[in-house]
Amino acid sequence: MSTDYVSEARTGERKTKRARAIGVSLLGPLTVAGGLLWALWQPYRITLLDPHGQGFWSLVVEPPLLAILVGVLFQLLIVPSLLADLEDAGA
Amino acid sequence: MTPAPENVHWLFASAFLGLSLFMLAEVIVGPEVWAKRPWRPYLWPSLLFVLGLCMWSVMVFYTNSAIHMIAHSAWAQVMMLAGAAELGLARGKLKSTYWRLAPFLAFVVTGTGFLVHEQNGWLFQRSAFLHHLLGWTFLVASVFPFLRAFRPRSAVWATGFALTFMVVAVMLYTDRDVAPIFGHLSPLAGNPHR
Repeated sequence: MSTDYVSEARTGERKTKRARAIGVSLLGPLTVAGGLLWALWQPYRITLLDPHGQGFWSLVVEPPLLAILVGVLFQLLIVPSLLADLEDAGA
Repeated sequence: MTPAPENVHWLFASAFLGLSLFMLAEVIVGPEVWAKRPWRPYLWPSLLFVLGLCMWSVMVFYTNSAIHMIAHSAWAQVMMLAGAAELGLARGKLKSTYWRLAPFLAFVVTGTGFLVHEQNGWLFQRSAFLHHLLGWTFLVASVFPFLRAFRPRSAVWATGFALTFMVVAVMLYTDRDVAPIFGHLSPLAGNPHR
């Protein structure tokens, strides 16, 4: 096989891998951004901002903060190993 | 000291959001990279199975009518079935691709359950609207797990399947125990929350 073809194939593979790495790296931050925008749009859904008279569950379960938490946990617990495996794949 | 139903819906919404992120990540990196760590293929099927288990507690503590109880128990069963089938496939214990029809069955049963157990019209109040919307969403979106069963490597069907959980999460996040929907609130629904 010509070295040009091999080189082109490797470049294409690297681009795909990079696009995949960017895509998977964006999932967590986009989720966090969605939660933040929601918190700004509907601040009354953050009961911690006005905790008086709220029960335990109302203070613990706050939808925008939960969405942010899911994004953060995903980014911290899932993405690093996924990026490492993506880098190793076909190396 | 059980949480209000809306709190439970929001917790489920968060789990569904996580579920959709796992599935989307799998689609983006591809099944080979996703399976490079032995624990990863079990991630979303086990979460789905655990959600099915949690649904039983919802059925026990929150349902106040027979049809409500039957709907929640049906959801618990099909979520556990779909999670278990996907776990079996991930483990390699189940070989037939027809086991991938379990999520399709779960979608159809879930959608039907939502539509059948909601006794009020769309604009009665927000939760009634969401029941109708969720029901039709699950029924229409059941095309994704159905086609995914026969084309498991298709990114399109897998993405549709994953995004359905994200859409469902958003709908569950918007739920309130009593709230208007597009300015409509039946006087029979009770006093709205803030």
